[in-house]
Amino acid sequence: MSETSTTAPAWQQDIFKVLKEGDVRQIAYVPDAGHSHVIRSAIADPDIQDIVLTTEEEGVAVVSGAWLGGQRAVLLMQSSGVGNCVNMFSLLSSANFPFFTLVTMRGEYADFNPWQGPMGRATQGALELMGIAVLRASDPAQVEEIVRAGFDAAFEAGDRVAVLLGQNLIGRKKWERK
Amino acid sequence: MTKNPAKAANRRQFVSSLLKALPDALVVTGLGSASYDVFAAGDRDNNYYLWGAMGGSTSLALGLALAQPDKSVLVITGDGEQLMGIGSLATIAAKQPRNLTIIVLDNGHFGETGMQRSHTSLGTDLVAVAKGFGIADAWSVDSEEHCAEIASRVAARQGPTFVQVRIDADEPPRALPPRDGVYVKNRFRAALGLKPF
Repeated sequence: MSETSTTAPAWQQDIFKVLKEGDVRQIAYVPDAGHSHVIRSAIADPDIQDIVLTTEEEGVAVVSGAWLGGQRAVLLMQSSGVGNCVNMFSLLSSANFPFFTLVTMRGEYADFNPWQGPMGRATQGALELMGIAVLRASDPAQVEEIVRAGFDAAFEAGDRVAVLLGQNLIGRKKWERK
Repeated sequence: MTKNPAKAANRRQFVSSLLKALPDALVVTGLGSASYDVFAAGDRDNNYYLWGAMGGSTSLALGLALAQPDKSVLVITGDGEQLMGIGSLATIAAKQPRNLTIIVLDNGHFGETGMQRSHTSLGTDLVAVAKGFGIADAWSVDSEEHCAEIASRVAARQGPTFVQVRIDADEPPRALPPRDGVYVKNRFRAALGLKPF
């Protein structure tokens, strides 16, 4: 493993390991710093299609289409994106699609931007209202196990699962550029 | 009933002719009239009908097209449904799936909700939008005479294609596909030889 300062945090590497071992073939995303290692790894992996979205709800449909065609796919987004997805989530329960999403949280831990608060506080509730089971990982050492548990529930049991990645995992965003 | 000023295709005849030429294509329909047109042309196991998830047809088809690169994937939707998911054209253009064709049946109106005018009656040019997003192979047709040409491009799988089909703003008799999304999904996957999880 590289020891340069650009090495991704271990918990981000753990997430990609779970997805890769789970034979994920499509990763659809609206980017976020917390997803950056998984996105870079997807782009670099010839067996994984990386799909950058203009809005998160596209990803709900993309991953459902992938399953329809026999592939496992996951959706990466920030908590704000969950709000964009709400009606599209009806696709998942109407057709019983397996669904797995990783959501990096905003507005919950030392966030400088108050505009992230409303959707951040509503994220878990919005997911649950739409029938999606919610797990949360806040301790870097537990990210792999919790992501693996959610992943297996989605693709082994056909469930609809979101794993919220606590904002404390990513830490304080630096707003001042020097 | 509002007529488009120029020549326009009959939606049922157009969809029927196109699908007759593409028996093996995987078809995703946008909700509403486009799904009735596809069902009226003959129910098939390789049709995936949406009854909701408005704006999702093209994105769902993208995931399907990437998962099944050796099959032609065809979206048949309406102008209203396409407009709601318009950003997906950028997402599709970024991936350039060789096997994805989008057919937008454009009557310039929201047919399902009382024929209110849509943006395509009010200045939006969907072909220009598709090209602007990066789908170079985008054009408009106004009769079913073009179905053979479209079908040959679909079958060739040479890159994403966007076709705006100008249709009359009429309302043919309802022909309702199954609303059971689980049944339609499982039937579709079984037709591809995929097993239950």
